[in-house]
Amino acid sequence: MTQAMERRGADAPKVHSTQRTNRPWPVEFWSSAIGKKWVMAVTGLGLMGFVFAHMVGNLKMFLGAEEFDAYAESLKTLLYPIIPENGVLWMFRVGLIVMFGLHIASAYQLTRMNHRARPVKYQSPRDYIAANFAARTMRWTGIIVGLYLLFHLADLTWGWFQPDFVKADAYNNLVNSLSRPPVAAIYIVANIALGIHLFHGGWSMFQSLGLNSPRYNGARRAFAAGFAVVVAGMNVFFPIAVLTGIVSN
Amino acid sequence: MTKMLNLKLKVWRQDGPDDAGHFEDYSTTVADDASFLEMLDYVNEQLIADNREPIAFDHDCREGICGSCGLMINGQAHGPQKGTATCQLHMRKFNDGDHITIEPWRAAAFPIIKDLAVNRAAFDRIIESGGYITVNTGAAQDANETPVPKEAADAAMDAAACIGCGACVAACPNSAANLFTSAKIQHLNLLPQGQAERFGRTKAMVETMEDYFGSCTNYGECQEACPKEISVDFIAMMNRDYAKSMIVNRRRLGERKVG
Repeated sequence: MTQAMERRGADAPKVHSTQRTNRPWPVEFWSSAIGKKWVMAVTGLGLMGFVFAHMVGNLKMFLGAEEFDAYAESLKTLLYPIIPENGVLWMFRVGLIVMFGLHIASAYQLTRMNHRARPVKYQSPRDYIAANFAARTMRWTGIIVGLYLLFHLADLTWGWFQPDFVKADAYNNLVNSLSRPPVAAIYIVANIALGIHLFHGGWSMFQSLGLNSPRYNGARRAFAAGFAVVVAGMNVFFPIAVLTGIVSN
Repeated sequence: MTKMLNLKLKVWRQDGPDDAGHFEDYSTTVADDASFLEMLDYVNEQLIADNREPIAFDHDCREGICGSCGLMINGQAHGPQKGTATCQLHMRKFNDGDHITIEPWRAAAFPIIKDLAVNRAAFDRIIESGGYITVNTGAAQDANETPVPKEAADAAMDAAACIGCGACVAACPNSAANLFTSAKIQHLNLLPQGQAERFGRTKAMVETMEDYFGSCTNYGECQEACPKEISVDFIAMMNRDYAKSMIVNRRRLGERKVG
């Protein structure tokens, strides 16, 4: 089948140099762009589960300091005593770090691949028909959310930016942090970026995973839009609730 | 009534693959019932009369089925009319006094040959790697010997409508060829005759595609640009078949391992 044949005309220039040898299938799958998009979709789904649970947990702030701190404390003893204290929490943390790592690694490698595929851009302006703002800004909203994540950890987990940060005093730390308008602004902007990221990602993952059927295709966009609005909308409301005194200490 | 249109053109001129290239301005007057390529023919006739080099562009059947033509017109692959190849685009879609910018397809895998003509041999490499069925042809069998459900036949036909013009690659911000490749895979994978080689075909064609083109990020621009209106649904089907090919590839079934 691979016999040498004479080709008419100029040959096509190879753009990427991917090794095609017999390797274990997960390695082979990861080396392909479609495989990386699967990884992006699966890790993206896992991270969507995380942001949703995180948002639902945060609703406890409306029930007052006691409820909120009890919820925060309970995360340490999930499935205790079957699993030692902090055990489940650390499993979640390791899982999230792995998912973030894979999501970012595949995004980075695919972006490099796409830049190589069009070294010379169009010299006149493009007129996009289908590619919406969310789809075209995925890289930027992703970077914003990634940087914000680091800021968020430094602010409310490690307490770097709060002089009167008290470890395990979750409710007061939260209110003290978000009552500073510049910090609240960071939370609001970053969560709008998260919403835009989810609007495309929540739809795109279905395509990447090959989940396509006339039965539910109409619901895919609605799911992505609804998910983005609910998660990002509530996350934006939290700092506003603190600033306006709905939540206070 | 035929209307005459005065147009200002901005056309990409490039002497060869290694030339830097630049835009050149032309003005022309054409009837609105001319096709887009006929408009370029008028411009070229004028250029030849002036003893200047005519604009090189690909074209063949001029009835929208060969896939030879393809121009980036005002930032849209094949121009403003949906489901239409450049040759079937007519000047009545434009207005008197319009400025029209014409560029070639741009992708690393589609090097410019001259002016607006690009080399699309990368598509041939993808087809060579699996876009066919290997059949031992015996005596001709009766028609309808192999039952095919109507829905499968229709879907396969929708995919088979691909003319390989490259508009999907041109329109894609990533220069991905997933719409082309998925159409060429699925028009076979949807039919009984395509099943025997289904996963080997999918794997081989996807891997060849990825040697040349970018990756799909589900923008959906390809489906809008496609003159045959091929759906991105086929890309999802390809993604599923590619993942399955990791496990159910029959290519090496004949190999026996001893011990």
